[in-house]
Amino acid sequence: MSAGEVEGQRGSRILGGADARYAAIATLSTVVVLGVLATAVVTSAGWPTVKEKFFNGAEFRFWFSDVAHAFVTNIQLFLIAEVLILIWALTIAVIRNLPGPVFFPLRAMAVIYTDVFRGIPTILVVYLLGFGVPALGLSGVPTSERFWGTVALVLVYSAYVAEVYRAGIDSVHPSQEAAARSLGLSRWQSLRHVILPQAVRRVVPPLLNDFIGLQKDTALLSVIGVVEVFRQAELGTSADFNYTPLVIAAVLFIAITIPQARFTDWLIARDRRKQLAGRAGG
Amino acid sequence: MLRGIDLDVAEHEVVCLIGASGSGKSTLLRCIDLLEPIDAGRITVAGRDISGRGVNANQVRRDIGIVFQAFNLFPHMSVMRNVTLAPRKVLRTGRAEAETQALELLERFGLADKRDEYPDRLSGGQQQRVAIVRALATQPRLLLLDEVTSALDPELVAEVLDVIRELAAGGMTMVIATHEMGFARDIANRVCFLDQGVLLEQGLPEQIFSQPREERTRQFLQRIIEAGRL
Repeated sequence: MSAGEVEGQRGSRILGGADARYAAIATLSTVVVLGVLATAVVTSAGWPTVKEKFFNGAEFRFWFSDVAHAFVTNIQLFLIAEVLILIWALTIAVIRNLPGPVFFPLRAMAVIYTDVFRGIPTILVVYLLGFGVPALGLSGVPTSERFWGTVALVLVYSAYVAEVYRAGIDSVHPSQEAAARSLGLSRWQSLRHVILPQAVRRVVPPLLNDFIGLQKDTALLSVIGVVEVFRQAELGTSADFNYTPLVIAAVLFIAITIPQARFTDWLIARDRRKQLAGRAGG
Repeated sequence: MLRGIDLDVAEHEVVCLIGASGSGKSTLLRCIDLLEPIDAGRITVAGRDISGRGVNANQVRRDIGIVFQAFNLFPHMSVMRNVTLAPRKVLRTGRAEAETQALELLERFGLADKRDEYPDRLSGGQQQRVAIVRALATQPRLLLLDEVTSALDPELVAEVLDVIRELAAGGMTMVIATHEMGFARDIANRVCFLDQGVLLEQGLPEQIFSQPREERTRQFLQRIIEAGRL
């Protein structure tokens, strides 16, 4: 084996590269570890009870379609909420960036907004808006719990996402704005055409992270009576005194969030590769 | 920090600013383009006081082009979009017309085949030439060049200097901050030496480079000659 070959193999192993020997050892190791864990769990004293209460096959089959059906509600909720959040949070971030003394009150309001909605637990906001506003009985104001639940999620998550946008805007080098202004573009034009497109591209991973958090928090709307997956699973659980419906709900959430988490990892890795290539290439 | 600058530039004149780093060359150029505020004094372009209150700075910047040492192309846009952005948004030129004009400029400087490329695919010299084309796209009356070749690999410097030579030959009014002394001697109508924020000496290139009046000018040029740059 020449020095070059040894170097290559060692190098790829350190960086987690995939040559055949690495793959074989990894598979064998995984099989062994999983096998040992599974055996330990299945042969433990409490397993039959756990299996019956949490992983009950009959319950699973019985409740799956109702719970999955309710999950569609969650999907609708977070898709609508996410679009509104992306827009509203961008508005807040832009307001925070307005220059000059005349815009001070707007900037201050944006800061207060962010502090308030990042400071109150989301479940409180959902409760206050979902029960509190309809209780006012104001005419012309919607009373649907889905509406106010969605509004609550949008208000809270926009506070976090606005900070993500701000970080993105700040990360764009000031020379980009200088170049844009020097061409005669106004502050607004350079923000819209030069800064924001670059800023948003840079913060896609944290935006995806917040989006995943939003998807899970749609379950909070159960407290105001929205019949989404958690509520539906609760009903199933209390009907049969069995927790399997909740496990179904958990599985459904994991099924959609894991691919997104891997996709986010892939995006981060790809950006890193591009950055490193750019530096090396010159 | 600028302390004493008294400079007149006539139309079609090429003025070269020389001086050590920190002498104020970049600051002066940025002040002229209203990228930095001035505390005292006046800047007049084409008879118009642009440093006073109530001046629309964006309009002024349209008429003045500036190219920086770090090319500052917009990385998320192709060359064509980089060049047409200002004409379309600031001059409100229609897209087709802006692209035709941009293509003419790009062809003039040998960059037409790069029109759809993104900046990260271009060499430093190509990026800098695109930056110059971008600054020319709004048809400025005055072009400011801030050490535009200082960040380039030596073999790429010539192609950018050729572009500037051509612009000078075409009658463009330019103020150029540069370390390229040979180039300055060739192209300048007037050379200004800046030292610690003060315009110490100015005159014809032949006079400044062979018989400088001020001691500090002499010292500076001596160091340049010793470094083999003149």
